[in-house]
Amino acid sequence: MKQILILLCGIVLLTPLYAQTIHEERSVYRDITVTERFGRRCLLFNVHRGDRNQTCIFTDGSSRLVFDYTKMSFAGLLLKPDPKRVLIAGLGGGTIPLVLSELFPSASIDVIEIDESVARVANEFFFFEETDLMRVHINDARVFIKRAALKEEKYDYIVLDAFSGDYIPEHMLTQEFLEEVKQVLTPDGVVVANTFSTSRFYDHESVTYQRVFGELYNFKLPTSGNRIILTQLEPLPDIGLLTERAVQLAPQLGKYGIPFLSYPEKLSSQVDWDMSRRVLTDQYSPSNLLRDN
Amino acid sequence: MSPYFGGSLSVWGSVLTVFMLALSCGYLIGGRLSEGQPELKTYAFFFIVAAVASLPIVFFADGIMRPIFMAIEDPRYGSLIASVFLFFMPTTILGMISPYSIRLLVEHEDHSGKIAGQLFFVSTFGSALGTLGTAFYFVLWFDVNEILSGTMMALMIVGVAIFTLDVTARRPQ
Repeated sequence: MKQILILLCGIVLLTPLYAQTIHEERSVYRDITVTERFGRRCLLFNVHRGDRNQTCIFTDGSSRLVFDYTKMSFAGLLLKPDPKRVLIAGLGGGTIPLVLSELFPSASIDVIEIDESVARVANEFFFFEETDLMRVHINDARVFIKRAALKEEKYDYIVLDAFSGDYIPEHMLTQEFLEEVKQVLTPDGVVVANTFSTSRFYDHESVTYQRVFGELYNFKLPTSGNRIILTQLEPLPDIGLLTERAVQLAPQLGKYGIPFLSYPEKLSSQVDWDMSRRVLTDQYSPSNLLRDN
Repeated sequence: MSPYFGGSLSVWGSVLTVFMLALSCGYLIGGRLSEGQPELKTYAFFFIVAAVASLPIVFFADGIMRPIFMAIEDPRYGSLIASVFLFFMPTTILGMISPYSIRLLVEHEDHSGKIAGQLFFVSTFGSALGTLGTAFYFVLWFDVNEILSGTMMALMIVGVAIFTLDVTARRPQ
Protein backbone atom coordinates (compact mmCIF):
# COMPACT_ATOMS: atom_id res chain seq x y z
CA MET A 1 0.00 0.00 0.00
CA LYS A 2 2.77 2.36 1.01
CA GLN A 3 4.66 1.65 -2.20
CA ILE A 4 1.61 2.39 -4.28
CA LEU A 5 1.21 5.68 -2.45
CA ILE A 6 4.82 6.61 -3.06
CA LEU A 7 4.43 5.70 -6.71
CA LEU A 8 1.28 7.79 -6.96
CA CYS A 9 2.97 10.74 -5.31
CA GLY A 10 5.87 10.33 -7.70
CA ILE A 11 3.53 10.42 -10.67
CA VAL A 12 1.75 13.47 -9.33
CA LEU A 13 5.03 15.28 -8.80
CA LEU A 14 6.59 14.30 -12.06
CA THR A 15 3.56 14.78 -14.26
CA PRO A 16 4.07 18.50 -14.82
CA LEU A 17 7.69 17.88 -15.74
CA TYR A 18 7.01 15.38 -18.48
CA ALA A 19 3.61 16.52 -19.49
CA GLN A 20 2.84 17.41 -23.03
CA THR A 21 1.90 21.00 -23.57
CA ILE A 22 -1.30 21.40 -25.52
CA HIS A 23 -1.79 25.12 -25.13
CA GLU A 24 0.30 28.09 -24.11
CA GLU A 25 -0.62 31.71 -23.88
CA ARG A 26 0.63 34.83 -22.27
CA SER A 27 -2.00 36.90 -20.56
CA VAL A 28 -1.46 40.34 -19.06
CA TYR A 29 -0.94 38.70 -15.67
CA ARG A 30 0.91 35.48 -16.32
CA ASP A 31 1.94 32.69 -18.61
CA ILE A 32 -0.83 30.15 -18.91
CA THR A 33 0.01 26.59 -19.86
CA VAL A 34 -2.32 23.66 -20.41
CA THR A 35 -0.67 20.25 -20.29
CA GLU A 36 -1.85 16.73 -20.76
CA ARG A 37 -0.29 13.50 -19.59
CA PHE A 38 -1.29 10.29 -17.84
CA GLY A 39 -4.93 10.98 -18.49
CA ARG A 40 -4.94 14.37 -16.80
CA ARG A 41 -5.23 17.79 -18.25
CA CYS A 42 -3.78 20.54 -16.11
CA LEU A 43 -3.81 24.31 -16.01
CA LEU A 44 -0.54 25.87 -14.89
CA PHE A 45 0.42 29.47 -14.25
CA ASN A 46 3.99 30.69 -14.76
CA VAL A 47 5.32 27.19 -15.31
CA HIS A 48 8.88 28.43 -15.80
CA ARG A 49 8.94 29.69 -12.27
CA GLY A 50 8.03 26.22 -11.07
CA ASP A 51 4.56 26.98 -9.78
CA ARG A 52 2.06 24.30 -9.03
CA ASN A 53 -0.89 23.15 -11.06
CA GLN A 54 -3.89 25.39 -10.63
CA THR A 55 -6.46 22.88 -11.77
CA CYS A 56 -6.35 19.37 -13.19
CA ILE A 57 -9.11 17.26 -14.64
CA PHE A 58 -9.23 13.66 -15.79
CA THR A 59 -9.58 13.38 -19.54
CA ASP A 60 -11.46 10.07 -19.53
CA GLY A 61 -14.72 11.92 -18.96
CA SER A 62 -14.82 10.92 -15.32
CA SER A 63 -16.27 13.41 -12.88
CA ARG A 64 -13.71 12.56 -10.23
CA LEU A 65 -11.76 15.53 -8.93
CA VAL A 66 -7.98 15.38 -9.04
CA PHE A 67 -6.82 17.50 -6.14
CA ASP A 68 -7.45 17.10 -2.45
CA TYR A 69 -7.91 20.80 -1.91
CA THR A 70 -10.62 21.00 -4.55
CA LYS A 71 -12.43 18.13 -2.88
CA MET A 72 -11.85 19.65 0.54
CA SER A 73 -13.47 22.91 -0.48
CA PHE A 74 -16.80 21.10 -0.70
CA ALA A 75 -16.69 20.68 3.07
CA GLY A 76 -18.42 24.06 2.95
CA LEU A 77 -21.56 22.06 2.18
CA LEU A 78 -21.40 20.65 5.69
CA LEU A 79 -22.14 24.13 7.00
CA LYS A 80 -24.49 25.16 4.22
CA PRO A 81 -25.94 22.05 2.57
CA ASP A 82 -28.33 23.85 0.20
CA PRO A 83 -26.62 26.92 -1.31
CA LYS A 84 -28.81 29.15 -3.47
CA ARG A 85 -26.53 32.08 -4.25
CA VAL A 86 -22.88 31.24 -4.68
CA LEU A 87 -19.92 33.60 -5.04
CA ILE A 88 -16.56 32.25 -6.10
CA ALA A 89 -13.45 34.42 -6.19
CA GLY A 90 -10.98 32.86 -8.61
CA LEU A 91 -12.08 30.72 -11.56
CA GLY A 92 -8.98 28.69 -12.44
CA GLY A 93 -10.11 25.73 -14.52
CA GLY A 94 -13.64 26.22 -13.24
CA THR A 95 -13.94 22.89 -11.43
CA ILE A 96 -15.55 24.18 -8.25
CA PRO A 97 -18.30 26.20 -9.97
CA LEU A 98 -18.97 23.35 -12.41
CA VAL A 99 -19.47 20.81 -9.65
CA LEU A 100 -21.63 23.21 -7.62
CA SER A 101 -23.81 23.93 -10.64
CA GLU A 102 -24.26 20.20 -11.23
CA LEU A 103 -25.13 19.58 -7.60
CA PHE A 104 -27.44 22.58 -7.30
CA PRO A 105 -28.85 23.29 -10.75
CA SER A 106 -31.15 26.05 -9.49
CA ALA A 107 -28.45 27.93 -7.59
CA SER A 108 -27.14 31.13 -9.11
CA ILE A 109 -23.36 31.27 -9.24
CA ASP A 110 -21.20 34.37 -9.68
CA VAL A 111 -17.57 33.63 -10.46
CA ILE A 112 -15.07 36.48 -10.34
CA GLU A 113 -11.88 36.16 -12.31
CA ILE A 114 -9.41 38.95 -12.88
CA ASP A 115 -7.79 37.42 -15.94
CA GLU A 116 -9.83 37.22 -19.13
CA SER A 117 -7.46 34.69 -20.61
CA VAL A 118 -8.06 32.28 -17.73
CA ALA A 119 -11.79 32.45 -18.40
CA ARG A 120 -11.19 31.65 -22.08
CA VAL A 121 -8.87 28.75 -21.30
CA ALA A 122 -11.33 27.32 -18.75
CA ASN A 123 -13.97 27.39 -21.42
CA GLU A 124 -11.85 25.94 -24.19
CA PHE A 125 -9.93 23.25 -22.32
CA PHE A 126 -11.77 22.54 -19.08
CA PHE A 127 -15.39 22.26 -20.22
CA PHE A 128 -16.42 25.32 -18.27
CA GLU A 129 -19.43 27.01 -19.74
CA GLU A 130 -21.40 29.96 -18.52
CA THR A 131 -25.15 29.56 -18.22
CA ASP A 132 -27.99 31.91 -17.35
CA LEU A 133 -27.41 31.10 -13.72
CA MET A 134 -23.63 30.76 -13.74
CA ARG A 135 -21.80 33.90 -14.77
CA VAL A 136 -18.14 34.85 -14.90
CA HIS A 137 -17.32 38.46 -14.08
CA ILE A 138 -13.95 39.75 -15.20
CA ASN A 139 -12.99 41.92 -12.26
CA ASP A 140 -10.88 42.12 -9.15
CA ALA A 141 -12.77 40.14 -6.50
CA ARG A 142 -12.26 42.81 -3.87
CA VAL A 143 -13.86 45.43 -6.10
CA PHE A 144 -16.71 43.10 -7.07
CA ILE A 145 -17.49 42.24 -3.46
CA LYS A 146 -17.35 45.88 -2.36
CA ARG A 147 -19.89 46.77 -5.06
CA ALA A 148 -22.05 43.79 -4.19
CA ALA A 149 -22.08 45.01 -0.59
CA LEU A 150 -23.18 48.48 -1.72
CA LYS A 151 -26.03 46.93 -3.69
CA GLU A 152 -26.87 44.93 -0.57
CA GLU A 153 -26.54 41.67 -2.40
CA LYS A 154 -26.23 38.54 -0.31
CA TYR A 155 -24.61 35.18 -0.94
CA ASP A 156 -25.00 32.06 1.13
CA TYR A 157 -21.92 30.22 -0.13
CA ILE A 158 -18.71 32.17 -0.69
CA VAL A 159 -15.54 30.50 -1.91
CA LEU A 160 -12.29 32.47 -1.71
CA ASP A 161 -9.87 30.79 -4.06
CA ALA A 162 -7.97 33.65 -5.71
CA PHE A 163 -4.41 32.68 -6.36
CA SER A 164 -1.90 33.89 -8.86
CA GLY A 165 0.43 30.96 -9.04
CA ASP A 166 1.60 30.50 -5.47
CA TYR A 167 0.71 34.00 -4.49
CA ILE A 168 -2.47 35.29 -2.87
CA PRO A 169 -3.27 38.92 -3.69
CA GLU A 170 -2.60 40.74 -0.41
CA HIS A 171 -5.65 42.97 -0.55
CA MET A 172 -7.77 39.83 -0.28
CA LEU A 173 -6.27 38.72 3.01
CA THR A 174 -6.99 41.72 5.14
CA GLN A 175 -9.41 42.35 7.96
CA GLU A 176 -11.16 45.05 5.91
CA PHE A 177 -11.66 42.65 2.99
CA LEU A 178 -13.12 39.98 5.25
CA GLU A 179 -15.45 42.60 6.77
CA GLU A 180 -16.68 43.29 3.25
CA VAL A 181 -17.14 39.58 2.63
CA LYS A 182 -19.12 39.43 5.85
CA GLN A 183 -21.44 42.14 4.55
CA VAL A 184 -22.45 40.06 1.54
CA LEU A 185 -22.88 36.87 3.55
CA THR A 186 -26.37 35.70 4.56
CA PRO A 187 -26.82 34.88 8.26
CA ASP A 188 -26.79 31.15 7.52
CA GLY A 189 -24.14 31.37 4.77
CA VAL A 190 -20.66 29.92 4.80
CA VAL A 191 -17.26 31.25 3.79
CA VAL A 192 -14.85 28.70 2.37
CA ALA A 193 -11.27 29.94 1.97
CA ASN A 194 -8.59 27.90 0.31
CA THR A 195 -5.14 28.87 1.55
CA PHE A 196 -1.83 27.51 2.85
CA SER A 197 -1.13 25.38 5.88
CA THR A 198 2.48 26.33 6.41
CA SER A 199 4.77 29.29 7.20
CA ARG A 200 4.44 32.27 9.51
CA PHE A 201 1.71 33.52 7.26
CA TYR A 202 -0.57 30.78 8.65
CA ASP A 203 -0.60 32.47 12.05
CA HIS A 204 -1.28 35.94 10.69
CA GLU A 205 -4.06 34.71 8.42
CA SER A 206 -5.73 32.65 11.14
CA VAL A 207 -5.63 35.57 13.57
CA THR A 208 -7.23 37.80 10.92
CA TYR A 209 -10.08 35.39 10.16
CA GLN A 210 -10.64 34.87 13.85
CA ARG A 211 -10.84 38.61 14.46
CA VAL A 212 -13.55 39.02 11.82
CA PHE A 213 -15.58 35.83 12.15
CA GLY A 214 -14.82 34.60 15.63
CA GLU A 215 -14.86 30.84 15.50
CA LEU A 216 -13.61 28.93 12.51
CA TYR A 217 -13.21 25.41 11.34
CA ASN A 218 -9.79 24.50 10.05
CA PHE A 219 -9.62 21.65 7.59
CA LYS A 220 -6.24 20.13 6.85
CA LEU A 221 -5.18 16.82 5.38
CA PRO A 222 -1.71 15.35 5.69
CA THR A 223 -1.68 14.80 1.92
CA SER A 224 -2.25 18.44 1.02
CA GLY A 225 -0.22 21.59 1.59
CA ASN A 226 -3.46 23.53 1.51
CA ARG A 227 -5.88 24.16 4.26
CA ILE A 228 -9.47 25.17 4.04
CA ILE A 229 -10.96 27.70 6.43
CA LEU A 230 -14.68 27.31 7.00
CA THR A 231 -16.61 29.91 8.87
CA GLN A 232 -20.01 31.53 9.17
CA LEU A 233 -21.85 34.22 11.09
CA GLU A 234 -23.92 31.78 13.12
CA PRO A 235 -22.21 29.64 15.76
CA LEU A 236 -20.50 26.69 14.13
CA PRO A 237 -22.59 23.50 14.10
CA ASP A 238 -21.33 20.60 16.20
CA ILE A 239 -19.82 17.47 14.80
CA GLY A 240 -23.07 15.54 15.20
CA LEU A 241 -24.96 17.81 12.82
CA LEU A 242 -22.01 17.84 10.42
CA THR A 243 -21.98 14.05 10.33
CA GLU A 244 -25.72 13.97 9.71
CA ARG A 245 -25.32 16.31 6.75
CA ALA A 246 -22.33 14.36 5.48
CA VAL A 247 -24.44 11.20 5.41
CA GLN A 248 -27.16 13.00 3.46
CA LEU A 249 -24.83 14.52 0.89
CA ALA A 250 -22.25 11.75 0.51
CA PRO A 251 -24.16 9.81 -2.18
CA GLN A 252 -24.29 12.85 -4.47
CA LEU A 253 -20.64 13.66 -3.94
CA GLY A 254 -19.38 10.11 -4.42
CA LYS A 255 -19.09 10.41 -8.17
CA TYR A 256 -16.63 13.28 -7.76
CA GLY A 257 -14.41 11.08 -5.64
CA ILE A 258 -14.98 13.23 -2.58
CA PRO A 259 -14.63 11.12 0.62
CA PHE A 260 -17.29 13.24 2.25
CA LEU A 261 -18.07 10.92 5.15
CA SER A 262 -14.54 11.21 6.44
CA TYR A 263 -14.60 15.01 6.49
CA PRO A 264 -16.58 16.00 9.61
CA GLU A 265 -14.12 14.47 12.06
CA LYS A 266 -11.23 16.20 10.33
CA LEU A 267 -12.62 19.69 10.87
CA SER A 268 -10.99 21.31 13.85
CA SER A 269 -12.08 24.42 15.69
CA GLN A 270 -8.98 24.29 17.86
CA VAL A 271 -6.65 27.29 17.85
CA ASP A 272 -3.32 25.92 16.64
CA TRP A 273 -1.76 29.21 15.68
CA ASP A 274 0.19 31.89 17.45
CA MET A 275 -2.48 34.27 18.73
CA SER A 276 0.03 37.04 19.32
CA ARG A 277 0.60 37.53 15.60
CA ARG A 278 -0.50 40.77 14.06
CA VAL A 279 -3.84 41.00 12.24
CA LEU A 280 -3.43 41.64 8.50
CA THR A 281 -5.01 44.93 7.49
CA ASP A 282 -5.08 47.18 4.44
CA GLN A 283 -2.33 49.07 6.23
CA TYR A 284 -0.26 46.01 7.03
CA SER A 285 -0.39 43.07 4.65
CA PRO A 286 3.11 41.93 3.70
CA SER A 287 1.56 38.52 3.23
CA ASN A 288 3.83 37.23 0.55
CA LEU A 289 6.94 38.28 2.42
CA LEU A 290 5.61 36.43 5.44
CA ARG A 291 5.29 33.25 3.45
CA ASP A 292 9.04 33.00 3.04
CA ASN A 293 9.72 33.20 6.74
CA MET B 1 -5.66 51.99 -3.72
CA SER B 2 -6.41 48.27 -3.93
CA PRO B 3 -9.18 48.24 -1.32
CA TYR B 4 -11.26 50.32 -3.72
CA PHE B 5 -9.92 49.57 -7.17
CA GLY B 6 -8.20 46.21 -6.81
CA GLY B 7 -4.74 45.17 -7.81
CA SER B 8 -5.25 44.73 -11.52
CA LEU B 9 -2.64 45.78 -14.04
CA SER B 10 -4.66 48.86 -15.01
CA VAL B 11 -4.55 50.13 -11.44
CA TRP B 12 -0.77 49.93 -11.43
CA GLY B 13 -0.79 51.66 -14.79
CA SER B 14 -2.94 54.50 -13.45
CA VAL B 15 -0.73 55.14 -10.45
CA LEU B 16 2.46 55.13 -12.50
CA THR B 17 0.94 57.34 -15.20
CA VAL B 18 -0.10 59.97 -12.69
CA PHE B 19 3.34 59.94 -11.06
CA MET B 20 5.10 60.37 -14.40
CA LEU B 21 2.71 63.10 -15.51
CA ALA B 22 3.08 64.96 -12.24
CA LEU B 23 6.86 64.70 -12.30
CA SER B 24 7.04 65.99 -15.86
CA CYS B 25 4.87 68.99 -14.93
CA GLY B 26 6.99 69.54 -11.83
CA TYR B 27 10.21 69.57 -13.84
CA LEU B 28 8.77 72.18 -16.16
CA ILE B 29 7.49 74.42 -13.39
CA GLY B 30 10.63 73.99 -11.25
CA GLY B 31 12.85 74.89 -14.16
CA ARG B 32 10.74 77.92 -14.90
CA LEU B 33 10.85 79.12 -11.30
CA SER B 34 14.63 78.73 -11.17
CA GLU B 35 15.05 81.50 -13.73
CA GLY B 36 16.22 84.88 -12.50
CA GLN B 37 17.14 84.96 -8.84
CA PRO B 38 16.77 81.46 -7.36
CA GLU B 39 16.54 81.45 -3.60
CA LEU B 40 17.21 78.82 -0.96
CA LYS B 41 14.09 79.96 0.83
CA THR B 42 11.93 79.06 -2.17
CA TYR B 43 13.78 75.79 -2.41
CA ALA B 44 13.07 74.98 1.25
CA PHE B 45 9.47 75.92 0.63
CA PHE B 46 9.16 73.15 -2.02
CA PHE B 47 9.98 70.49 0.56
CA ILE B 48 7.60 71.86 3.15
CA VAL B 49 4.71 72.30 0.72
CA ALA B 50 5.29 68.81 -0.70
CA ALA B 51 5.07 67.37 2.81
CA VAL B 52 1.86 69.27 3.50
CA ALA B 53 0.37 68.32 0.12
CA SER B 54 1.01 64.66 0.97
CA LEU B 55 -1.05 64.80 4.14
CA PRO B 56 -4.33 63.83 2.42
CA ILE B 57 -2.74 60.50 1.41
CA VAL B 58 -2.50 59.59 5.07
CA PHE B 59 -5.54 61.34 6.50
CA PHE B 60 -8.19 61.55 3.80
CA ALA B 61 -7.42 58.63 1.50
CA ASP B 62 -10.73 56.90 2.27
CA GLY B 63 -12.69 60.13 2.06
CA ILE B 64 -11.23 60.81 -1.38
CA MET B 65 -11.45 57.30 -2.79
CA ARG B 66 -14.92 56.38 -1.58
CA PRO B 67 -16.88 58.97 -3.59
CA ILE B 68 -14.77 58.19 -6.66
CA PHE B 69 -15.46 54.48 -6.20
CA MET B 70 -19.18 55.24 -5.93
CA ALA B 71 -19.24 57.50 -8.97
CA ILE B 72 -17.08 55.52 -11.38
CA GLU B 73 -17.83 51.88 -12.02
CA ASP B 74 -14.74 51.09 -14.10
CA PRO B 75 -11.74 50.52 -11.79
CA ARG B 76 -9.36 51.74 -14.51
CA TYR B 77 -10.76 55.26 -14.57
CA GLY B 78 -11.61 55.16 -10.87
CA SER B 79 -8.00 54.49 -9.96
CA LEU B 80 -6.78 57.06 -12.47
CA ILE B 81 -8.95 59.82 -11.00
CA ALA B 82 -8.16 58.79 -7.44
CA SER B 83 -4.43 58.85 -8.23
CA VAL B 84 -4.78 62.36 -9.61
CA PHE B 85 -6.46 63.58 -6.42
CA LEU B 86 -4.06 61.80 -4.09
CA PHE B 87 -0.69 61.98 -5.80
CA PHE B 88 -0.65 64.69 -8.45
CA MET B 89 -0.06 67.72 -6.24
CA PRO B 90 2.70 66.38 -3.97
CA THR B 91 4.49 64.66 -6.85
CA THR B 92 4.42 67.79 -9.00
CA ILE B 93 5.98 69.80 -6.19
CA LEU B 94 8.61 67.12 -5.64
CA GLY B 95 9.37 67.22 -9.36
CA MET B 96 10.15 70.92 -9.03
CA ILE B 97 13.06 70.17 -6.73
CA SER B 98 15.39 68.59 -9.32
CA PRO B 99 15.70 71.44 -11.84
CA TYR B 100 15.79 73.98 -9.05
CA SER B 101 18.64 72.07 -7.39
CA ILE B 102 20.63 72.15 -10.60
CA ARG B 103 20.16 75.89 -10.88
CA LEU B 104 21.32 76.37 -7.29
CA LEU B 105 24.31 74.09 -7.65
CA VAL B 106 25.60 75.19 -11.02
CA GLU B 107 28.04 78.08 -10.63
CA HIS B 108 29.54 77.91 -14.05
CA GLU B 109 28.03 76.54 -17.22
CA ASP B 110 31.16 74.43 -17.87
CA HIS B 111 30.17 72.23 -14.92
CA SER B 112 26.48 72.13 -15.60
CA GLY B 113 26.58 68.68 -17.23
CA LYS B 114 28.56 67.19 -14.39
CA ILE B 115 26.29 68.69 -11.74
CA ALA B 116 23.17 67.53 -13.56
CA GLY B 117 24.70 64.06 -13.82
CA GLN B 118 25.47 63.97 -10.12
CA LEU B 119 22.00 65.15 -9.28
CA PHE B 120 20.33 62.54 -11.46
CA PHE B 121 22.59 59.97 -9.86
CA VAL B 122 21.65 60.95 -6.32
CA SER B 123 17.93 61.21 -6.99
CA THR B 124 17.58 58.00 -8.98
CA PHE B 125 19.88 56.06 -6.68
CA GLY B 126 17.81 57.27 -3.73
CA SER B 127 14.63 56.14 -5.49
CA ALA B 128 16.17 52.72 -6.02
CA LEU B 129 17.10 52.39 -2.34
CA GLY B 130 13.69 53.62 -1.27
CA THR B 131 11.92 51.12 -3.51
CA LEU B 132 14.07 48.25 -2.31
CA GLY B 133 13.74 49.19 1.34
CA THR B 134 9.96 49.56 1.10
CA ALA B 135 9.29 46.41 -0.89
CA PHE B 136 11.64 44.16 1.08
CA TYR B 137 11.52 45.45 4.63
CA PHE B 138 9.40 48.48 5.49
CA VAL B 139 6.09 46.81 4.59
CA LEU B 140 7.07 44.04 7.00
CA TRP B 141 7.92 46.42 9.83
CA PHE B 142 5.46 49.28 9.47
CA ASP B 143 1.92 50.26 8.44
CA VAL B 144 1.65 51.87 5.03
CA ASN B 145 0.65 55.13 6.75
CA GLU B 146 3.67 54.96 9.02
CA ILE B 147 5.96 54.68 6.00
CA LEU B 148 4.22 57.62 4.34
CA SER B 149 4.33 59.71 7.51
CA GLY B 150 8.02 58.94 7.83
CA THR B 151 8.63 60.20 4.33
CA MET B 152 6.66 63.38 4.97
CA MET B 153 8.51 63.95 8.20
CA ALA B 154 11.80 63.60 6.34
CA LEU B 155 10.64 66.15 3.74
CA MET B 156 9.59 68.54 6.47
CA ILE B 157 12.90 68.19 8.33
CA VAL B 158 14.92 68.76 5.17
CA GLY B 159 12.80 71.78 4.27
CA VAL B 160 13.13 73.37 7.70
CA ALA B 161 16.86 72.58 7.79
CA ILE B 162 17.45 74.33 4.46
CA PHE B 163 15.38 77.27 5.65
CA THR B 164 17.37 77.66 8.88
CA LEU B 165 20.62 77.23 7.02
CA ASP B 166 19.60 80.00 4.67
CA VAL B 167 18.62 82.32 7.51
CA THR B 168 21.81 81.72 9.55
CA ALA B 169 24.01 82.08 6.47
CA ARG B 170 22.54 85.48 5.79
CA ARG B 171 22.77 86.89 9.29
CA PRO B 172 26.50 87.86 9.33
CA GLN B 173 26.13 89.98 6.22
